[in-house]
Amino acid sequence: MLLQESSSSAPRKRPAPTGAAFGLRLGLLICLLSMLPSAGCQSPSEDPAGGTVEETVKLVVTGSSTVAPLVSDLAKAFEKKHDNARVDVQTGGSSRGMSDARRGLADIGMVSRSPKEGEDDLRWHPIANDGLAIIVHADNPVGALSSEQVEKIYRGDIESWHSVGGNDAPITVVNKAEGRSTLEIFLGHFGFESADVEADVVIGDNQQGIKTVSGNPDAIAYVSIGTAEFETSEGTPIKLLTLDSVVPSTAAVRDGTYPISRTLHLVTADEPEGWVAAFVDYCRSTEAHPLVEGQYFVPLGG
Amino acid sequence: MSRWVGDRSLIACLRLAAATTGSVVLLIFVFLVFESWSALEALGLRFVTDSSWHPASDPSEGTFNLTPMLVGTLAATAGSMLLATPLALASAVFCNFYAAPRPAQLYRRMIELLAGIPSVVYGFWGLVVLVPLIRQIEPPGASLLAGILVLTIMILPTIALTADSAFGAVPESYLQASAALGLSRTTTLAAVVVPAARSGLFTGVMLGTGRALGETMAVLMVCGNVVQTPASLFDPIRTLTANIALEMAYALGDHRSALFVTGLALMCIVAALVLLTEAAAERWTVEGP
Repeated sequence: MLLQESSSSAPRKRPAPTGAAFGLRLGLLICLLSMLPSAGCQSPSEDPAGGTVEETVKLVVTGSSTVAPLVSDLAKAFEKKHDNARVDVQTGGSSRGMSDARRGLADIGMVSRSPKEGEDDLRWHPIANDGLAIIVHADNPVGALSSEQVEKIYRGDIESWHSVGGNDAPITVVNKAEGRSTLEIFLGHFGFESADVEADVVIGDNQQGIKTVSGNPDAIAYVSIGTAEFETSEGTPIKLLTLDSVVPSTAAVRDGTYPISRTLHLVTADEPEGWVAAFVDYCRSTEAHPLVEGQYFVPLGG
Repeated sequence: MSRWVGDRSLIACLRLAAATTGSVVLLIFVFLVFESWSALEALGLRFVTDSSWHPASDPSEGTFNLTPMLVGTLAATAGSMLLATPLALASAVFCNFYAAPRPAQLYRRMIELLAGIPSVVYGFWGLVVLVPLIRQIEPPGASLLAGILVLTIMILPTIALTADSAFGAVPESYLQASAALGLSRTTTLAAVVVPAARSGLFTGVMLGTGRALGETMAVLMVCGNVVQTPASLFDPIRTLTANIALEMAYALGDHRSALFVTGLALMCIVAALVLLTEAAAERWTVEGP
């Protein structure tokens, strides 16, 4: 039973996904060590509103690494507004966010997509919109692709840039690792399975994708439009491809013309109350819009 | 009387420390088996018979073949060992027997520095320098070869430093006797020093192999992480460690459990390696000079 409990709480001890990569043995050691204290330090998953005003309340938010930087910013601003509130934001992917919210390990989960069938047991609170941009190296002469061409490239039917009007060079297809909701959104838009993808490089997070593309003039990848726009503004040699004649930009996501977009959500197990409701409402308020835009996402209804 | 009490408490402390160290390994093993159990039960032989690795939290939906990653891990480790061992031994020999004391000391410090560089730095260097270079020879660049080269540089100092101290521990009298017999430097090295330092050299090679097997961040960044059995040095591979690091944070249910099976497989490889080295070292020492 002790092991059972520790295994379920171990993920909360783990830092960001990159942290999980510090080394197998270290990771396991941390998992093991976390056995001891886990019995004692339960997260305050109960409704914190019952506490007195002076009492510090702690909200635990876990989930998507796409949403986490935004929620961290929102959390900081929220803490500034409410002296006695502490918001603890941890990453671990959208599926973890949902599962933690369901099991009460977290007060709020972060999910970087819309609900699928059978997921309406959770309460979904949209907080921002985001799009997926197809990116290539800035030196790549190709500037636009159709959805059909992108699908053929990812299926391995088109293997050279020459076939889509570029250089005579083999295409390096960059794909995301299994379980990422970015991968699900991408596959969902083009309507094929991850087993159909003929990838040359498989990456973990957006940053690794951007590093791979900026170092390889023949690579193609897909990342969050917000991240890609930020990187191009910083001078990283990448280029956002026009998809089906729509230029990818946060503006195109805002007016709904860009084809691959998604809504970032917070999820809770029940109808939020007390401090949870206060935080969710804050994230959805117009007050939060500058922070949403600061992360290169698109505020809702904005 | 007081000395006796001191001795008793020292022994108690040492026993406790030894028991803790030993039980950590045991606990990790038990933990791994415990976490892997549901996947092992549900999937069993499918870890080697499935068509590929496309995991899902429901075992009936995904495929879970670990062998391409096993092959990838072993290929990357073997390749880096083949490159790093001769280099490291040569460097240790140079440092101990050929270099003047001061340059030798400086050289040793440099190797120590090399050992201290975090793996993510090697990985980053590999990603922005090595991978584009390899891509010019044969795209996509992120490949088994990139992994082997990065691992070689990473384990080189581990083996070089262990070999260096093993050579340093060869008794001076052996060298003097060898000189008195009029043996050449080459013969002294091959027939006296290396056999005398054998067990230390084995330890170094084993530590290096262990580090290469367990390295995660650097190979994750340069190997491409495509799950496939490599047909050439230029094919991308995914190692067992990279598989865990890439998917652990996103895995649920039997997918998560299957990743613990990955860890278990890795631990078994390391255990087999330790046993093999032990056996080899024993045989060689018994048959020694």
